[in-house]
Amino acid sequence: MSKKLLLKHDHEPGIQTYEVYRKHGGYASVEKALKTMTPEAVVEEVKKSGLRGRGGAGFPTGMKWSFLAKPEGVPRYLVCNADESEPGTFKDRYLMSRIPHYLIEGMITSSFALGANTSYIYVRGEYYYVIAILEKAIKEAYAAGWLGKNILGTGYDLDLYVQPGGGAYICGEETALLESLEGKRGNPRIKPPFPAIKGLWGCPTVVNNVETIAAVVPIVNDGGEAYAAIGIGKSTGTKLISASGHINKPGVYEIELGLPVEEFLNSDEYCGGVWKGRKLKAVVAGGSSVPVLPADLIMKTAAGEPRLMSYESLADGGFASGTMLGSGGFIVMDETASVVKNLWTFARFYHHESCGQCSPCREGTGWMEKVLHKIVHGHGEMKDIDLLWDLQRKIEGNTICPLGDAAAWPVASAIRHFRSEFEEMINSHAVEHA
Amino acid sequence: MENKVQFKPETLALAKEIMGRYPEGKQKSALLPVLHLAQAEFNGWLDVPVMDMVAEVIGIKPIEVYEVASFYSMYNLKPVGNCLLEICRTSSCWLRGAEDIVSHLENKLGIKEGETTPDGMFTIKTVECLGSCGTAPMMQCGAQFHENLDTDKVDSILDKLRADGKRTNYFDAVVVKEY
Repeated sequence: MSKKLLLKHDHEPGIQTYEVYRKHGGYASVEKALKTMTPEAVVEEVKKSGLRGRGGAGFPTGMKWSFLAKPEGVPRYLVCNADESEPGTFKDRYLMSRIPHYLIEGMITSSFALGANTSYIYVRGEYYYVIAILEKAIKEAYAAGWLGKNILGTGYDLDLYVQPGGGAYICGEETALLESLEGKRGNPRIKPPFPAIKGLWGCPTVVNNVETIAAVVPIVNDGGEAYAAIGIGKSTGTKLISASGHINKPGVYEIELGLPVEEFLNSDEYCGGVWKGRKLKAVVAGGSSVPVLPADLIMKTAAGEPRLMSYESLADGGFASGTMLGSGGFIVMDETASVVKNLWTFARFYHHESCGQCSPCREGTGWMEKVLHKIVHGHGEMKDIDLLWDLQRKIEGNTICPLGDAAAWPVASAIRHFRSEFEEMINSHAVEHA
Repeated sequence: MENKVQFKPETLALAKEIMGRYPEGKQKSALLPVLHLAQAEFNGWLDVPVMDMVAEVIGIKPIEVYEVASFYSMYNLKPVGNCLLEICRTSSCWLRGAEDIVSHLENKLGIKEGETTPDGMFTIKTVECLGSCGTAPMMQCGAQFHENLDTDKVDSILDKLRADGKRTNYFDAVVVKEY
């Protein structure tokens, strides 16, 4: 059941170049939108498609677009969030470096729909070589008349720029990204006002993930209804999944939403099974921020239904027995992996990446890392498990942006599902010390 | 006579070009990209006189540059070796042996994480997820992502970097591999 939209031509030789991309039907959505549709009609197709934000939050894209304020005489902006930094996620890097024109095409069509005449792609600074690829492709697009003044003679103008970040996970949060694009520290803003009302330089702004903007291309080409017919229920379309960890075939896979997790993990078309013939222990299904699930709960819901790769199925059971699709960063741990030690790498990550603005996150992430460091390095005590539980509860929901929640959920889920592993680690070290 | 820090003319022209990407009066937006240019031009790190010069070029106060440079992890506020080896240590890389790569580098170069070799050639730095989880373990040096690492591969990378003898930076041309 493979249905490919974004990665249909990713293996064509030379697909990075304008000529080859165009030969495979590239820029058709721009022609269709600019020549035959109104901006409102494009927004309508995106609404019909049921497309949801692919960066992690899963918010309906058409709805987000319809919130954009349109005061007279004030510029509007589209900003692409290419600050891909969620551990376990590398799909945007693949898409941008492999088929850069796909994102550029999506940016033009989407900018037209939103009435933006200047748009930015904010790419994490570590991806400098990807920025070079994008800039080369943008130059080609200008030369071919897809960017600049009076595109296709329709009177529509668009300039597109790439902006590098400086190395900060928090800039994946849309208001922190806007602060950063304004040349400031990446401290998230208090919302409301939302960017749709006051975004970049105080102007109405839409911030969308790379994959979200790319998905606008097939939606405009084939229509929103055709896109909505792919997938399952409210999880429409396809999703890029970044598969990593203890599997035979790590990589980026485009799946039709609704694919059974079991098939994704074990089929040779995708992950190719757990490596070295080992058994599965746990999966972090949607990037580091989502709850970790043990093997039985990732394969089947608590009610015994097969778990599917969709927003709803992965979330089935709430946090008691479910998780989230998130960014689609699928991290697999085999039976030999230590869930506690992996958690320590996450805790270290969130402590490093907290912007320091809200005290529950700034102090709490540091404290969680310290306690986990202590446990992992053989000095843990049983009461530390309850201390960790208490700490994560005090962070969750008490911060301006979701980084606090993102730091809390991995800790809570690891204790919920793998408490005995914490206890064993603490006990075995206690024996060593005795 | 005061030896004033200045961009090369071509770098200054590039900085001005970047400043033109934003509306009139919003040139502060050029700060992050121009700091990357400055770091590449001035030995891989941002000394105070360099940051002051960037403030002058963009037309903002020096403190606005310091607070940004100290926030983001890619800006080095202390000198680093010619080749900054940035090894990812987060989850997927850790699951596939990042710790072995770090200890191999430490043994081979005779320094610890965060240190620079006495000849100024290499600095070892562990970093958080670089979005290369499917090709773990990995390290970045300049613009280049070195992926699917093992100790042999690390040795040959070090040999090549040493033979090149050049300072690496994020603007290095990278031959993009076929996936």
